[in-house]
Amino acid sequence: MTLLSFARGPAMQTATLILIAGMFWRLAGILFLRRRVAHAAARNPFAMRLLGGAVTIFTRTIPRRTFWPRVGPGVALSYVFHLGLFVILLGGAPHILVIHEIFGVSWPNLPKGVVVVASGITLAALILLLLRRLTHPVLKLLSTSDDYISWAIVFMPIATGILLSGETLASYGTLLALHILSIEALMIWLPFGKLMHVALVFAGRGMLGYQFSRKGAAT
Amino acid sequence: MNDISVPPQQKPVPPPADMAKALRGFIADIGPNVALSLESCVHCGQCAEACQFYVQTGDPRYTPIHKVELFKQSYHREMGPFAFAYKFLGLTPALTAETLTNWQDLVYDSCNMCGRCSLICPMGIDIADLVEQTRHGMYDAGLAPADFLGAIAEKEHATGSPFGLTSDKFRDLLHEIGVTHGVTMHVDETNAEIVPTVSSVDVKTYPGSMAAIAKILNHIGRPWSFRTDGFDADNVSLTAGDRAGQAAITQGIVNAAISCGAKILVMPECGHSFTEMRWEAANAFGKDLPFRVLQITELVAENIQSGEIRVNKIKQTATYHDACQLSRRGGATNAPRVILAALGVDLHELEDAGDANWCCGGGGGVALIKRAQPLRDAAFALKKKQIEDSGAPIVYTSCSGCRQTLEHGGKAAGWTTSVGSLLELVADNLVPHASP
Repeated sequence: MTLLSFARGPAMQTATLILIAGMFWRLAGILFLRRRVAHAAARNPFAMRLLGGAVTIFTRTIPRRTFWPRVGPGVALSYVFHLGLFVILLGGAPHILVIHEIFGVSWPNLPKGVVVVASGITLAALILLLLRRLTHPVLKLLSTSDDYISWAIVFMPIATGILLSGETLASYGTLLALHILSIEALMIWLPFGKLMHVALVFAGRGMLGYQFSRKGAAT
Repeated sequence: MNDISVPPQQKPVPPPADMAKALRGFIADIGPNVALSLESCVHCGQCAEACQFYVQTGDPRYTPIHKVELFKQSYHREMGPFAFAYKFLGLTPALTAETLTNWQDLVYDSCNMCGRCSLICPMGIDIADLVEQTRHGMYDAGLAPADFLGAIAEKEHATGSPFGLTSDKFRDLLHEIGVTHGVTMHVDETNAEIVPTVSSVDVKTYPGSMAAIAKILNHIGRPWSFRTDGFDADNVSLTAGDRAGQAAITQGIVNAAISCGAKILVMPECGHSFTEMRWEAANAFGKDLPFRVLQITELVAENIQSGEIRVNKIKQTATYHDACQLSRRGGATNAPRVILAALGVDLHELEDAGDANWCCGGGGGVALIKRAQPLRDAAFALKKKQIEDSGAPIVYTSCSGCRQTLEHGGKAAGWTTSVGSLLELVADNLVPHASP
């Protein structure tokens, strides 16, 4: 078995299983805890509370204007990284092919040059985010091994993707295998660390929005 | 960062912290909401930028989510989805008396439970709620600051009033206030549609506010009565983290209101008492309360809008300080503005007024922690600047705790700005009903 066939075969199957089972286990462990019913009379009816939860999922995407002067640079850098990641994932031709294979849907890809530039910007943003984490007093204090493992786990697929697009340093097959393996490492780690925010961000914002809508308070 | 230096906090003398009780206190009430909050943090640090204690001192220890770190660790070790791995691999250290004690000033002295951090968190974590939960464990471990917060909470738990005011003394006080202010007091009547409560700050410092409530309720004209068997809504126990005391105070007031058939329970000018009675009491009661709970500004605003209360137009320029528990945490942001508009006040809103307001610095029991004075002053400096920038000669508020903090801070700063009660302003400007 070659490295590539291993990456495409058993490694992918194992990573997928761990991703799904791990995410389910973590979400179930949170959501199936005994719920304490809120008895106080709500200011808003159920439908309005649901709407409040749904709206908050979007509104918390950008901080309130009053916070901008203090959090603007960090948020902007984070946006560059996340948007760059979306451009790579959803605009790169090979990624669209994989999505089509799995889900049967596809869309026109972005030119390879655009995706390469986006990859470079994303990688640069990721490095700047790490430097910020290493130097900002608050982030230094808050950071745990999870932050650094998650950073490395995200760094690898982007870095190997850039190498793959340039077909440098190693053969195409080897680079592709490394790229797939790095994505599988991400899939395996995701349920256990902070990368789980891909799911928790919606649940957390939605829950907060629902609760504060219940009070008639700002979300 | 502001140019305000805060001397290092004097480390409290470690009491014999009860680790088992602390742990039980931490994890006793964790449901899906709290668990989701404890699982979600991505360590972005934005909450620090919303916290007056970090903004004013630049000390990263005051980062709100860091204040609940021990709570988070306990959850992960004891009941998170991967608790077995955390324990087996030793991923989080077990609680020790030393770490708990070192966290005391973060959980109490440097948190107003104002919830500004909850407003900025991109993951939707209600950090202020987590601090409240953390205080449960700290209190159970015997780590509530002894002077004055812990001591007052203990007295409240034992007597029903933070300053040990008995029913008889309260009855006498009400009659005395009635005579002094020339207002008819209704006390312990058996049928009362509206039952007002008081704050111990009012009892001690602002007795005129009780006269003001009586004037307004007499003006509304529906049957009402103070109840001496359940009157002090302050609930210091909530801010100290004493769940049993919190429930006992609440239950006493609920029982008193039920016994006279109350349809509306009126909360005084006090932020945390509103949070407790409006949003948490029903949970201790096990079902929705059989009456409405309104903060006094909500009751007045409703009656202004229905025409039951008419007030004089006063030609005054003023600003308004929102109590965090009434606005951001309580959903009653608009009521005071309805009142101020009816009074014709030229309102100069503070920067960040309403839902994003800064705390006065005294909330969450911080006003009752003696050693927290430098931190409180640092937080107050923010509010002070905003009030001065508004250009208004007077700041009104509807929370006696805020009022006291603003008065004390203003006095220390040699302020010319006055501090006033919105409730008393309304009472002084009621337009008598026309004779039929």
